[in-house]
Amino acid sequence: MEHANVSTEVTVHPEHTGGTKRIWKVFWILLIITMIELGLGLSLYALELPEGLRMHLIKGVIIILSLAKAYYIVSVFMHLGDEIRNMIMTIVVPLMLFVWFILAFLGDGNSYKNLRNKYDRYYKEKIQAGGNPKDSVVVKPGGKD
Amino acid sequence: MTTTAVSQHQTKWWSGGKSPFNIEYGKLMMWYFLMSDSFTFGAFLISYGTIRFSQNYWPNPSVVFNAFPGAGHTNLPLAFVSLMTFILIMSSVTMVLAVHEGHLGNRKGVVKWLAWTIVGGFCFLGCQAWEWHHLITGAHPVLVNGQIEEWGQTMRHNPWGASVEGLMHEGHQVTTPGPVAFGGYFYGITGFHGFHVFSGVIINIIMLIMAQTGVFERKGHYLMIEKAGLYWHFVDLVWVFVFLCFYLV
Repeated sequence: MEHANVSTEVTVHPEHTGGTKRIWKVFWILLIITMIELGLGLSLYALELPEGLRMHLIKGVIIILSLAKAYYIVSVFMHLGDEIRNMIMTIVVPLMLFVWFILAFLGDGNSYKNLRNKYDRYYKEKIQAGGNPKDSVVVKPGGKD
Repeated sequence: MTTTAVSQHQTKWWSGGKSPFNIEYGKLMMWYFLMSDSFTFGAFLISYGTIRFSQNYWPNPSVVFNAFPGAGHTNLPLAFVSLMTFILIMSSVTMVLAVHEGHLGNRKGVVKWLAWTIVGGFCFLGCQAWEWHHLITGAHPVLVNGQIEEWGQTMRHNPWGASVEGLMHEGHQVTTPGPVAFGGYFYGITGFHGFHVFSGVIINIIMLIMAQTGVFERKGHYLMIEKAGLYWHFVDLVWVFVFLCFYLV
C-alpha cells in the first residue's frame, strides 16, 4: 500500500490494514449499542420505575455503554488506537481529571439539595410538589427572573 | 511498510532525533485542541449535572422529547433524537471513509465521502432547528398562581413540572412549572454542540473544495483531511455525551 502521508515527524507508519471492513464493523457496534441504550432509556419511561436501586442500575448501564461508544469512536474513527503509546498517554491521562471533576461536582449538587431540604422548609414545600420558585437556580431572597 | 512491527519495539522515542509522539505537528495540535474542547464541554455538562443533582424534581426526557415532524401530537418518546443520533453516526462513518481514501491518495473517493459527510451535517442541523422550534413554540398548559397559562420550553419557562392531579385543559394534562435551569442548559449545550457541527460543516466544505481543485494532490498528501476528520469525530463524540445527559438518563 502506497502511503500518501509524507511527514518528517512520522517515523513509523501505522499499517492501515483491513481496509474499510473495520470501519463498518465499528459502525454496526455503535448502532447496536445506541439501540440498546434507547431500549433502556425507554424502559425507564415505560416501567415508570421509582427512584431507587433498579433505576440507578439501568442508568449506570447506559452510562457504561456510552463510554464504550466513546472508546470505539476515539480508538477506531479517530485512529488514536493506531498511534504509539506515548501519544495515547498524552491525550488520555489528562482526561483522567474528569473522574474527580464529576464526582466532586455531582456530590456538591447533591449536598446543596440536602442542605436546602433540611434547612429551607419553604423551598422544600415548593419544590417537592414539582413546583419551582423562580429562583431555583440561585437561591436569594426576592430573586426575580 | 514492512518495517512497522519490528521498529515499533526497537525505536527509542526519547533519545532525540525524532518526534517522540510519532505524529505530524498539526495533527498533534488538533488533538490538544480537542482535549481542551472536551474540558469545555465537560465543564458545561458537569455544571448541568450539578444543578440537576441539586433539584428535588427534574423533567423526564421521555416526556419532553416525544415529538416527531409530521406526527402531530403522537407520543413518540426519543424517536426524533434517535434519528439525529443515527445521522451523526452515519456522517462519522462517511468521514472516516474519506480519511481512508485520503490515505490511499484517491481524490475521487475523498470528494465523494466528504460530500456525504457534509450532507449528514446539514441534515443534523436541520433536525436540531426543527427540535428547537418545536420546543420553543409548543403550548403546554401550566398552572401558575391558580391560573392556567400556555407555555413553551424557553430560557425562562419550563412547562415540564409535575402533573396536577385530575386537572385537564383542552385534552392536555396540566402541570406545575418545572425547573427553570432546564431550558438554559438544554439550549446552551445543544446550541454549543450545534455550533461545532456548523463549523465542522464549514471546514468540511473547505476541505471538499481543496480536494476537488487538487490542492492535496499537489501537496502529495491528504493530512488536512485527517485533521478535519478528527474535528468531525469529536463532534460525534460530544453528541454521545449530550445524548446521554439530556435524553437518556
